[in-house]
This record gives sequence, structure tokens and C-alpha cells, in this order.
Amino acid sequence: MLRRTLERFTLTDLFMWLVGGSIILLVVVGSVATLRAGNYTARHWFDFVVFGIAQGSVYALIALGYTLVYGILRMINFAHSEVFMSGAFTGYFIANSMSRSGFLDRNPIIGLLAIFAVAITTSVTVAVLLERIAYRPLRRSPRLVPLITAIGASFFLQYTFRGLYGSQNRAYPEVDALDGAWSLGGEFVIQKIQVLVIVAAALFMFGLYMFVQRTRTGKAMRAVSEDKDTAALMGIDVDAIIVRTFILGAALAGAAGVLYALMFRQVNFFMGFIPGIKAFTAAVLGGIGNIPGAMLGGLFLGLFESVGPTLFLDGLGIPAPYQLKDVIAFTMLVLVLIYRPTGILGERLATAKA
Amino acid sequence: MPSIITARQVTKRFGGLTAVSSLDLDIAEKSIHSVIGPNGAGKTTFFNCVTGFYQPEIGEIIFDGHHLERLTSDRITALGIARTYQNIRLFNNLTALENILVGQHPRLKGGMLGAILRTPGTVREEAEALNEARRLLAFVNLTGKGDQLAKNLPYGDQRRLEIARALASRPKLLLLDEPTAGMNPHETEEMTGFIRRLRDELGITIMLIEHDMRVVMGISERISVLDYGEKIAEGSPTDIQSNPRVIEAYLGRGSAAEVPESVSASPAG
Amino acid sequence: MNKKTSFNWLGAIQIGLIGGVVALLVSLIGMVEEFSQRDIISGVITMGQTLIVIAILMAGYFAASRAAGEAATMRAISGALAGLVASALLTGLVVIIPPLNLRSIFPNASPALINILTFNQETVVGILYLLITGAVVGTLGGLIDILPAQIRRSVVLALFWVGLLGLLQELIRVTLTNMPQVGAALKWMFGSRGLSIPGAVAVFIVVAGGNYLWAARGGQVQDRFRALPPTQRRASQWGGALVVIAVLLYLPRILGPYLSEVANIVGLFILAGLGLNIVVGFAGLLDLGYVAFYAIGAYVMGVLTTNAIGQNAGQIVFGPEFSFWQALPIAVGAAVLFGVLLGIPVLKMRGDYLAIVTLGFGEIIRILALSDFLKPYIGGSQGIVEVGQGEIGNFVFGTPQTLYYMIFAACLLAVFISWRLRDSRPGRAWKALREDEDVAQAMGINLVATKLLAFATGAAFSGLSGAIFASKVGSIYPHSFNLLFSINVLALIIIGGMGSLPGVFVGALILAGLPELLREFAEYRLLMYGALLIVMMLTRPEGFWPEATHRRELHEEFGAEGEPRAEIVKTPGGAR
Repeated sequence: MLRRTLERFTLTDLFMWLVGGSIILLVVVGSVATLRAGNYTARHWFDFVVFGIAQGSVYALIALGYTLVYGILRMINFAHSEVFMSGAFTGYFIANSMSRSGFLDRNPIIGLLAIFAVAITTSVTVAVLLERIAYRPLRRSPRLVPLITAIGASFFLQYTFRGLYGSQNRAYPEVDALDGAWSLGGEFVIQKIQVLVIVAAALFMFGLYMFVQRTRTGKAMRAVSEDKDTAALMGIDVDAIIVRTFILGAALAGAAGVLYALMFRQVNFFMGFIPGIKAFTAAVLGGIGNIPGAMLGGLFLGLFESVGPTLFLDGLGIPAPYQLKDVIAFTMLVLVLIYRPTGILGERLATAKA
Repeated sequence: MPSIITARQVTKRFGGLTAVSSLDLDIAEKSIHSVIGPNGAGKTTFFNCVTGFYQPEIGEIIFDGHHLERLTSDRITALGIARTYQNIRLFNNLTALENILVGQHPRLKGGMLGAILRTPGTVREEAEALNEARRLLAFVNLTGKGDQLAKNLPYGDQRRLEIARALASRPKLLLLDEPTAGMNPHETEEMTGFIRRLRDELGITIMLIEHDMRVVMGISERISVLDYGEKIAEGSPTDIQSNPRVIEAYLGRGSAAEVPESVSASPAG
Repeated sequence: MNKKTSFNWLGAIQIGLIGGVVALLVSLIGMVEEFSQRDIISGVITMGQTLIVIAILMAGYFAASRAAGEAATMRAISGALAGLVASALLTGLVVIIPPLNLRSIFPNASPALINILTFNQETVVGILYLLITGAVVGTLGGLIDILPAQIRRSVVLALFWVGLLGLLQELIRVTLTNMPQVGAALKWMFGSRGLSIPGAVAVFIVVAGGNYLWAARGGQVQDRFRALPPTQRRASQWGGALVVIAVLLYLPRILGPYLSEVANIVGLFILAGLGLNIVVGFAGLLDLGYVAFYAIGAYVMGVLTTNAIGQNAGQIVFGPEFSFWQALPIAVGAAVLFGVLLGIPVLKMRGDYLAIVTLGFGEIIRILALSDFLKPYIGGSQGIVEVGQGEIGNFVFGTPQTLYYMIFAACLLAVFISWRLRDSRPGRAWKALREDEDVAQAMGINLVATKLLAFATGAAFSGLSGAIFASKVGSIYPHSFNLLFSINVLALIIIGGMGSLPGVFVGALILAGLPELLREFAEYRLLMYGALLIVMMLTRPEGFWPEATHRRELHEEFGAEGEPRAEIVKTPGGAR
């Protein structure tokens, strides 16, 4: 086997291994240098990790939407980031009005549930319309066509919401109950909001997993993702299953939107783009089409992005490493796609890619 | 007769499934050699190994003194092997003529600069390529249809265009994957004659995957039978027809469609 | 189908509702109000109203065509019904806005919008007007459906041209003042904002009549052209091209500085579009990080030519202060190099994966340009100022009207290269790659070389465009190089027609030219790109000016050899 691998080794492969090798080298050298410099205490790293997990769980929720749709339609729903944005953005208005009337602080649980409900409803509506208008007529088209449509839909939605709600940043209201932090003993503290995000995301993911594994619809979804035509022959209404898949992904995206907004406090029409790309990266990282993979990929990416800039770059003497956190995420995306396009959990999609 | 291509111990696995298993095969120069076997016997997988679409895990394939198992399919084509596909794969949005011009790719040299500056060499080469393409169109009886998009041609024309495209690289060995699939008896008969002429007039060695036993028995000089990725028999058409393992392989599956009367009966030709 | 009982009222209502939602959306997004400053026909109808009219007109048309097979009156009534339903939805908006104070959510739900929708009347009267207008417009939509196909085509085309000329009124008037003789003769056509009423009527009659006559007689003209001997035909084609080039060379004088600047922007987009057309249109490699090469061209030009070293704005460590002409080849070369370097990792990726990874590359380049990390070299967020300008002797490419010639020459070069490559061996290899990568490889095409060649050529055009852009603007900021640029370029080649050279021009004129000319559009530029991409993919994926299939089999050389017939071998399947 080794001999054969070597025989097919070309100049481009050499180039790729050099690139990969030097990146690994940089990461190792940078990490060692950062740790030896000792500018950061255990508490700093703990904060980075917790923030990374919280951020990663939001990525994971969005990533599930990409993965579910990809699993069934073999297409990247480029507009999924806008499904996420629409929920968070619309949720702002109800959150704001409840906050001003004082309802949100008096009944934080009901209030939050109401925000989730509004956000999820909006996201689901957008996703269903998207599927019906932009994707369904193109299901049998060449692969480039629905992808371009999705890109178009993404921009259309972004700027529609910009037109509807205005282009300025809106600040999500603070919820008293979520303010502050819990002490974990010693110097370690954990923000309440981060706990909420992690717990809520875990619940949603667990719910989804049970849904896909246990319910009739979930089983039908898995059947359709294996083979649409055969599933149709078995009496499964493929169109209905596809719509439900979009609904499911959109619901998770809507929830993720609220969590994201609660954590970062700001919403605007462009907020979907970066988390969308990150979540897509997470989905690819875990093996696109693979549900546990998306969850794992999200957490992994969130951690990497939170810990990475400081750990890898600070020791190299790069100024303001935090500016480069998106570069780390994008580089990871590129590296995963090059060296292990099937992702960490390795769902085989060889036929789908051809 | 010397063999043009030799396969030794070729093995290709997909996960746990061994599609081709320790296959030995020699194909004599300027012969018509058929590879038959039930569905899933590994015939097309073997074709894909020869043309470099798959790399076999074990074994070697030697063509004209070159080891193919280490080459990509473009290099293999340049060495003189061309193929057609079981389910026609033309460049649908190119015209018939352009399809053939693409087929000539490895024979031509014109690069980017030559194309931009229209150097005399490139102009001459292009003119010759165009003439060759028209000649091949005529050869497969598609004259006048050269400017139609490949996807708009009728099925039979597409089959022949695919062969013309394969011929455009001037191969020494031509791999035909079920060339008569979906044809009526009349068309099948004409295609059979056409294949024979390819060998007789152009001197091309032909390796054929075919399900229609009338065709196989009619034109093959030698037949190899695959089953579960292994070669279970090889010989002349008469040898094969009387080989008990072959009959068992077909009948044992119980797939009636695969058991044409001609396996046991005499061939039509 | 028994007609009387199955008439589909619900269908008409449903279509009316869709039309109404579209009109509602257009209103709430703010387009109606924003565009109401611009008249299509002076004093008669504004652009904003036109948008709503189009939505309702189309609802009427589709409702009527859904009732195909019914009597003409029934189809017209379907149209009217759809129009009525659509306008009823709008009246809902008029009723709901004032009491609910929706402006805290929808900033565009303003009193001005209501005034537009109610024709500046009292609420009740206005609603009545609105409903009546809706029904009338819907009926007109229905009538369009009833017209015979050819007349319908002519009418729709004529309406389109009335709209277009009305929109471009300002541009046309400026141009006319630069050509006094023609200008005076055509002055009556334009009002203070938009076409004058006689002008609109004249445009309508000329376009509709011309189109109708061309449909009836045009075929003969084309036949006569085809019947010409090849040498003459070719001569007339070359002659036509020369006339076009001559007009284009004279253009900046007619256009004046402002419109020349618009032409320059369009030109840079054409240049970038021609490059992406090779990558996406020819080779089928969907590249969303195309902006990277544009940025590299611009930055190399900037770093090499800037003379603002040591000043606060952009403390560039390395600054050899090359001249524009020295830096230009280096900029293009750097773009090509990066085209290859970024191409290698994505060699094995296809379709959507390729799209995402290239998008990632584009973002990486932008973030790096913005970062403090590279600030000493390329200026970080403060960018680079005082980028050099090209000069030949005393002629400086500094003003829009002089830069025009540089951009024109660059476009000409790129068109020439694209055109020569299109039907060459490398061009065919690209197209084969686009159609089926595996089979292309099996045809002996070296995928690595072919793909890298496409990336490199595309990057060269884009780098050239970026370098000229840097010199034109005189300064570079990382914000100019975001994903939106890639999307702009992608959208323009898709709208024009992937792989089609004239399509790039059409696409650039529509997508880069219109928003520059109509300031109101700039706000909604990406909204319309998005909508256009979707509509295009749904209805006309081949674009406005699709790639022509080339007739080559019966080219003039055919028969000159005299041999082909002799070698024909009798072939199978001849009956087909």
C-alpha cells in the first residue's frame, strides 16, 4: 500500500504536505511559546474554554440545519444563515417590547419561551417559503443551479430584512435573571448566560436526536437521505419529508439565533453570515450529513476559535491575534476539506460527491 | 499472437466488498475479447481499473510495456486506450463535433499562447483536427449532425458519437461497455458489424462488456467469464457455451433475464 | 374539462394574494417610497408606483393565463379579480399603519408611503381609488394574456422600453446636451422627470411597431445575410465590430466625466467578469473567492507605487515607488501566482465544496489585509494612499475620461484572449471539464494543468482589474474587497449567460451600470441581485445572452479537402 501511495505522489501533493506541515509546525511552535511565556493564567484558559463551548453549541445548532438538508438533498443550503438571522432579528422586537413593559424581568421563563417561539416561527416560515419557491422547482437541475439560487436567496433575504427592519444594529435587552455569574470555587466563575446557552443547546440537540431516531418522520427522513427514489417507492411522501427537514433545521436555527443574540447582545441583518460559514465549517468538520458529527464539529470549532488565536498566535508575536480568529476557522475549513473531506466522524459521501 | 494488455492478480475492494479478485487476463493484439458475467460480477469495475478511474489495491496491469495501475486516466488515454460508458456519458452541452474534438485532445499539442496568437502551427493543427472530426462523424454516419448539441441527438446517434469520440484519440485498445444496450435487434446487428469493422479496418483491439449473448458469441474470438469478481472461465465461444461453471453462474443466480437461450443454444452468427 | 362548473375563482384569488404580498413587501422594504422621486412618465407615474403596478399587472396576467381555455371575458375577469385582491391587501396596510404605529418595527411604514398608496387622498377615498386602480391594472394584465402571442411580445417589449428610457432620462439628457444637433430634435420626448407623455407614446409605438415588423420580416433579412458569400459575411462582421469600437473610442467625449466614471466602473466589472467567466463559465469551477485576486492586484499595485511612506496613513515598510507600468506586470503576475497557489488545494474539490473553500480563501485574504499583523506592509485598516498613476509621455491616466482608454484597452485585450481561447484546445478542455470531470479526464485531459490554467487566467484578468482600480481610486482600503464583490461578479456573468462573452457585457451593464446611474437602486442593489439570481435560475438558467453553439461542421473549409467522402464506412444504425 505504501509503495502505491508513493507512486502516485505528485508535485501538487508535495506542495500540499508542505503547507500542512508548516501549519502544524506554526501551531506547535506558537502553542509552546505561548505556554512558556505564561502570560495567561488557568482562569484565562478556563474562560476561553467555557466561552468556546457556549459559542460552539450555537454553531452546532446551526450546523445541524446544514447537515440535515445536505443529508437529504445533497445541497448546501447557503441561505441557512439567513434563516438563523431572520429568527434572531424578529425575536428582537418581542424581546424589546417585553423588556420595556417589564414583563421579561418579572417572568423570565415565559418571556424567554415567547422569544424562542417567535424566533422559531419566523425561521420556519422563511425556510418553508425558501424551499417551496427557490429549491423545490430545481430539485432535478444540475448541481450548480440550486447552489447559485441559494446564494441569491441568501442575499435576497439579507437585504429584505434590512429593508423591513432597517440597517442599524439593534441591542437585545438584558434579562436580569441571566445577568452575572456563578462562582465555581477558587478563581473560576461561569457566566449564567453561558450556562443557559449550553444547556438549552444540549436540550435542543437531544430532542432532535430522539426525533430522528425514534419518530416515524425521523425514520422516513433517514430513508429519504439514503435513497430518495426508493423511499418514494416505499410510499414515503418525499416532498413532505423534505419540507419537514427544512422545518426542523430552521427551528434549530431560530433557537440558535435567540441564544446567539442573548450571548452577543446585538442583532442586525448581516449577523447570519459569519456564524453561518462557521456552522457550515462545523458541519463539514463532523462529516456533512452526519448528525452527531455536526454537534461535535460545532463544539470543536467553537473551542478552537476561542482558545486558538491566543494559544497558537500569541507566542509567535503576532499583534492582536483575536482579529485572526476567523482566519483560524476558515483555515480549518480548508484543511479539513483538503485532507479529510469526510470529516472527523467520516460519513462516506463518495457517491454523492461524484 | 502477442498480448496487448496483461492483467495480473488485479484486486479491487470497496469496503468489505471485493469487486474484482485476483484477476488474471491477457488480451491478444487485434482481437475482439468479451468479458461477460452476471450483474455485479465486477466487469465494469475491471474496466475502471484498466482506464485508471479506480486504482486496484493489488496486482498490475501492463499495456504496451507500461504499468497502468500507477497512472491517472488521462495518461492512460494518452498511451492508447479509449473507452465508452455503459450509460452514455457525452459532453451534453457541446456539439457532436466538439465532443469529437475533445476526444482528440491527447493527440493535439496546441497550448494557450498558440491559441491566443493563432500561430501558424496551431491554425494548421486545428484545421486538421476539424477535418479529422468531420471524417469521424462520417465514419459513424453522423454527417450533418455535427452542429447539434450532443444531448439533442437520438439515443442510437449518441451511442455512435461516443464511439467516434473514443476513436478520436486513435486508440490501440478500445473498451466498449455494453454498446448495444437498449438497441433493437436490427440496430444491434448493425452495431455488431460496426465493431467488427473497427477491428478489421482500423486494427483496433476491442475489449467488450456485453449482456447480449448473440452479440458476444457472434463476434468474440475469446471470452472471459467473471462471477463475484473472479474469473471462472475463459476460452473461445464454443468452449464457454459448454462450460458447466458458466451455466451454473448464470442459472444459479436464478435471474431468468440473465439466461438467454443462446448460452446453451448455438449463437446466431 | 367541463368549463362552466370548474372555473377556478380560488386560483385567481390565490394569485392575487401572492401579487399582493409581493406589492406589500416592496412597499415595506421601502422601495416604493424611495423610488417615488423618479418619474417614468413625467407627472403620470413614478418608478415607485410602477413597481406596484408591475406586481399587480403580473398577478392579473397569471390569473388570466391560469384560466386558459375559458372565454376571453372570463380571463379578463380573473385578472380583475386578482388585481382587486392584491390591492385589497395593500389597503390592509393603509388601514393598519396609522393606529398601530408600526414604524418602530418597520421603519418604512411611513405616512409618506400611505400617501403614495392612497394617491394623496383622504383615507376612504384613497382606498376606493386604490381598489379601483388594482382592478383596472389586473384587468389590463388579463388583457395582455388574451392578446395574440406576437402582439403580446411587442407590447411587453414596448412597455419595457418606455420604463427603461423613463428611468434613464437623466443620463440621456446629459448625453444629448453633449450632442446639440441630435439633442434639440429629441428634446420634446423628455419631461422634467422621466419621459413626456408624447415621448412615452412615441417610444411605445416605435418599439412595438418595430418589433412586430421585425418578427414578420426579420427572418428574411437574416436569411439574406446568411446567403452572403462567407468572405463578404465575414467582412461585414468585421466592419460592424470596427464601427462599434470607433463609437466606443469616441464615447467619453459624449458622456462627460460623470458618465465616463460610470463607464469605467462597468469596464472594471467587465474585466473581472471576463476572468470569472473563464473559471466558472468555461471550466465550471464555482469560485466565490474571486475577490482575492482583485485584492492582490490592487495591493501589489498600491504597495509598489505608493509614495506615502512614513506618513501616518499606511506606514508601509516596503515601498520601492515603482512607476505604474513597472508595477502592472508584477501585480498581474502576483495574481496569477496566487491563482495557482490557491488553485492547488482545491484541485480535488467539486461544486459546492469548491465554492465554500474559495469563499474561505477570499475571506482569509480580506481579514489578513485588515489585520494589525500585516499592517506594516499593507497598511491594515488604514489602507494605502497615493497609489501611482499610469502615464505615457505627457498623457496621464488620471481623469475618468483618460482612464476610460486604459480600461477600454484592458477589456479589449481580455475579450480578445477569451474569444481566441473559447474555441481552442485549452478552451475545449475547460468546457469538457465543466460538463463531466471524470469523462474529461478519461479523454486524456490533464485535470491539474487544465484547472490551474483556468484559475491562473481568471486571476490574471481580475488582478489587472484590481491594479487599474487601485490606480483609478488612488487609495486602497480592505473594505473594498469583501465577499460582495465576488457575488457581484458572479451575478453578472450568470445574468448575462455563463460562458457567453456578450453576456458579460450585458450583465455588467445591468448589474454594475444601473445601480451607479440610479442612486436609489444602490440601496437595493444586493436585494435585486439576489432576486435576479433566483428568478434567473428558475426561469432562464442560461442567462439573457446565452453562449451560442458554434456552427463549425459546415464551415467554409469543408469540401476543400475533397477526401472525406472517400473514407466513409458504412455504419450501423443508419436508419435513424
